Amino acid sequence: MFILQVGTLSKSVNLALSSLKDWMSSRKAKLPIAAFPSTAEVFPEPLGLVLIISSWNLPFGLSLEPVIGAIAAGNAVVLKPSELAPASSSLLAKTIPTYLDKKAVKVIEGGVAIGEHLLCCKWDKIFFTGNARVGRIVMTAAANYLTPVTLELGGKCPAIFDSFSSSWDKEMVIKRVLGGKFGTCAGQACIAIDYILVQEGFAPTLLELLRNMTKKMFGENPRETQSMARIINKQHFLRLKNLLDDPSVQSSIVHGGGMDEDNLFIEPTILMNPPLKASIMTDEIFGPLLPIITLKKIEDSIEFINSRPKALAIYVFTKNETLKRRIISETSSGSVTFNDAIIQYAADTIPFGGVGESGFGRYHGKFSFDTFTHEKAILRRSLLTEFWFRFPPWNDFKLALTKSAYSFDYFGFLLVLLGLKKNS
Amino acid sequence: MAEDSETKKVFDAEAAGSLMKELRGTYASGKTRSYEWRVAQLKNVMKIVDDHEKDILDAIRADLSKPEQESYIAEISIVKSSCTRALGELNRWMKPEKVKTSITTFPSSAEIVSEPLGVVLIIGAWNFPLLLALDPAIGAIAAGNAVVLKPSELCPATSSLIAKLVGKYLDSSCIKVVEGSVAETSALLEQKWDKIFFTGSGRVGRIVMAAAAKHLTPVALELGGKCPVVVDSDINLPVAVRRIAGGKWASNNGQACIAPDYIITTKDFAPKLIDALKHELEAWYGKDPLESKDLAHIVNSNHFARLVKLLDDDKVSGKIIHGGQRDKANLKFAPTILLDVPEDSLVMNDEIFGPLLPILTVDKLEDSFDMITSRGKPLAAYLFTNNKKLKEKFVKTVSAGGLVINDTVLHFAEKTLPFGGVGESGIGSYHGKFSYEAFSHRKSVLYRGFAGDASARYPPYSDRKLKLLKALLSGSVVGVILALIGWS
Repeated sequence: MFILQVGTLSKSVNLALSSLKDWMSSRKAKLPIAAFPSTAEVFPEPLGLVLIISSWNLPFGLSLEPVIGAIAAGNAVVLKPSELAPASSSLLAKTIPTYLDKKAVKVIEGGVAIGEHLLCCKWDKIFFTGNARVGRIVMTAAANYLTPVTLELGGKCPAIFDSFSSSWDKEMVIKRVLGGKFGTCAGQACIAIDYILVQEGFAPTLLELLRNMTKKMFGENPRETQSMARIINKQHFLRLKNLLDDPSVQSSIVHGGGMDEDNLFIEPTILMNPPLKASIMTDEIFGPLLPIITLKKIEDSIEFINSRPKALAIYVFTKNETLKRRIISETSSGSVTFNDAIIQYAADTIPFGGVGESGFGRYHGKFSFDTFTHEKAILRRSLLTEFWFRFPPWNDFKLALTKSAYSFDYFGFLLVLLGLKKNS
Repeated sequence: MAEDSETKKVFDAEAAGSLMKELRGTYASGKTRSYEWRVAQLKNVMKIVDDHEKDILDAIRADLSKPEQESYIAEISIVKSSCTRALGELNRWMKPEKVKTSITTFPSSAEIVSEPLGVVLIIGAWNFPLLLALDPAIGAIAAGNAVVLKPSELCPATSSLIAKLVGKYLDSSCIKVVEGSVAETSALLEQKWDKIFFTGSGRVGRIVMAAAAKHLTPVALELGGKCPVVVDSDINLPVAVRRIAGGKWASNNGQACIAPDYIITTKDFAPKLIDALKHELEAWYGKDPLESKDLAHIVNSNHFARLVKLLDDDKVSGKIIHGGQRDKANLKFAPTILLDVPEDSLVMNDEIFGPLLPILTVDKLEDSFDMITSRGKPLAAYLFTNNKKLKEKFVKTVSAGGLVINDTVLHFAEKTLPFGGVGESGIGSYHGKFSYEAFSHRKSVLYRGFAGDASARYPPYSDRKLKLLKALLSGSVVGVILALIGWS
C-alpha cells in the first residue's frame, strides 16, 4: 500500500515543486520565415474550477495524485473521495482544510446522491477514477456543459507469460506477477493483473511456481499473516463469490478458493482454464482470483487480447524481443509493461491512462499538470509589415501572389511581384 | 436499371452498423497502420486539391457564393499546407518518444509509442466545407485511422464533390464519406467510434458528446463563441482596420468561428476607428456592397432571418451606424456596424456569425477584460495595441482558445500552434502535430530488467522494508544506500 499511496504521492509533490516554474512558463512555437517578425507561443493556463472524483481502492493515491496536478496547474479544486472508504474519506476531509487553502480546495464527502448533485454543476474539468458504468454517467453529465473529462477506468489487464529458462529470472517474474495480483490491494486495483495467458506446455510449471511462491509470500494460512488486503465490502465480496459459484468455474480452481464472509477475506485463488464465457472471464475481476488461460502458442495471446475490450495495462513477461515488438505494434492498451507489473504507476515520465473502454486522458508527472491546463495559443504580430494582397478587392495579381506566399514559394512570389509569372 | 440507380438508399441505423462492421474489419487487418499507406493517402488528398481546384472553387461558390480568393486562401491553401506538413513530418511523428526513467523503476527504460485510435468519425461544418472536412481527416489518416467523413449538408455541392473525389482518390475500404443531415448523423452517432471530431455549434456539440458518452468515446469539439477585438488608440490604424475588416468580412462575410464578433474600444477613439472602418469597407466593396462580387453570401434563409432578427431587435434601433442593407432573395447582407448596443441585446448575447459588427465603448480598456470572459470563453480573442503592459495583462487574464495580438484569425494558419477552444468554445485542439495527436493514443511502454529487485516490494512486509521503499520512491540514492545497510 505504501508504494501506491504515500510513496508515490510524496514523489509527485516533490516533482511538481521542483518543476513548477518550468511547467508554468510559455513554450515558444516556431514560425516560418514568411511570418517574420511575428512570434508565437503556447501559454498554459488553469481551466478554472475542477471536480475530482476518486475511487475506494487507493483512496489517498487516487484522490491526491490528481489534486496535486490540479493545484500545480492553478485551479480551484473540489475533491469527492469514495464513500466506500469512509475512514480515508473522513481523514481527507479533516486534514485538507487544515493544511490547504480552504477557499480554493474543498473536500465534499458523500455517496451517489452527493455525486449526482455535484455532476449537475458546471465544472471546467471533471477527473474521474472508477468503473465504466459510472464513467458513462459522468461524461453524459459533463456533456450538458461541454466540460472536458478525464476518465481513468479499468478493464481486464492480461499478463502474458512466456517461458523462462533461468531460475533467477523465473523467481523474479513470479514474485512480480504475484505482487501485481495478490499483493496489490488483493487484486482490487485497476492495473492489477486480471488473468494470465500462457503456452499450454509451460502451464504446469507456471502453476507450480505460482503456488510455491504464494505460500512463501502470503504464508500457509494467508488470513492469519495479514499480508493481504481484505475485500472492501460485502457487496464486492458477494460479487466475487458469485464469480466462483458457477460449477464450471468452481471445478477449475487449482489453488485456494477459501472464503471468510465475516471477515471479508478471500484467500489467493488460482484457476486453470475457466470457461471463457463465464463472468470471471468477461467482467473485470477486481479481486484475488487469478485465472490462467492456456494457448497453443504464446503469440496467440495477441488475437486473444484484441478480441476483447482495450485494457488499462498489458503485462508481458518475456525475453523474446520479437514478441515484445509484436505486442507493442499489434495490440492496443493504456500502457504496456515488460517483465513487471503495477510499477508503471510509479514512473512519472510516462503518461498513465487508458484507451477505449479503459478510459481516456492521462496523468502522472507533467501529464497531471497538462490534464488540468488549457494550452492557449498566442500569436503576436507586428503592425509594421503587411501582406496587402491578403485583402479585397480581389484580382488575378493578388491571387497569384497569395498562391506563392501560402505555399512558401518565395521565388515564385518574387516572380509574380516582378510581373514574370501570372496566375494560371 | 434506371429505377435502381435513382433510388437512393437511406442511411439508417442498419446501414451505419454495416459500415462500422466493415471498417472495423479493415482496420483490424492493419491496413491503415503502415507508413506507406498513410503517405499514399495523404499524397492523394493533395492530388484531390491540386487536380480539382477549379471544381472545388466552383462548388464552394455554388453553395456560399464565396469569392474565389477567399476559398483559395482559407480552404485550398490550408489543406495543401496541412498535407505538405504531414508528409514531411510523418516519419518523425510516428517514432516512439524515448523518455528517462528514475531510480524508482531502476533498472528500466521507457518510451511513449503513438498508435491510431481506430475508426474515427469527422463531422464537418458548412462555413468552410472543404477545409473542415479534409483538414481533420489529414490528421486522422496521418495517425493511421480508418475514417468516416460527414460533410455538412448545408453545402450540397461541396458535400457531393467531397464524396465523389474521396471515393475516387482515396482508399475506400478505409476512408468513407457519408452524406446527409440529422437522420444520417444520428445514425452515425449511435455507433461506437474510437474518436469523434466535431466542428459546429455548441448546441449540436452537446448532442455529439452525450452520444459519445454512451460508448466512452473521446471527443474533440471545435465550437465557437463571441470573439472580441479590443482596440487601443496608439496603433497603426490603417493596418489594424484592414486586419479587423479582413478577419470579419473577408472571412465568409463574418460566418467563421474565429471571425471578430464585436469590438471594444475607448469612447475617445471610437469615432476614428469607425471612420477608418467605413473608409476601408468602401474601398473593398464599393458604395453598394450588395453589388460587390467579393462578399460571400449568407448560407441559407434560416441564418439570413436570424441575422435580420438581430437588427430588428428594439434594443438596437438607432444604433446602426453603417450598412444594414440586405437582399433576401439572393441572401446578400452588407457589412453592418452598430455602436454601443445594450449588453442585453440579442446581438450581444449569441454568436453573431454574420456581417454585423457591434462596437462597445468603455473608459478604460483594461475594464473590458472581465466583460469578455464573463460571456463564456471564446474561441479567439484579439487585441490591437502597442502598449506592452496591456498586452501582458490581456495574455494573463483573458482566457480563450487562442489569442492574437495586432491581427485577427491568422493563428489558424500557424501549424505549430494548437487550434482549439476552451470552456464553451470547445474541447481538444488540432493543426500540424496536434492533428496527429488528436487522433492518436500515446501508449506508455516500460521495459524492466532482471538485474535486481527490492524484496521490500513484496510480502511478508516489515518496517525495514518500508524504510527502503520510502527511500526508493523519493528517488534518494543516499536514502536507498542507508536503508540497505540498515541505518536510520
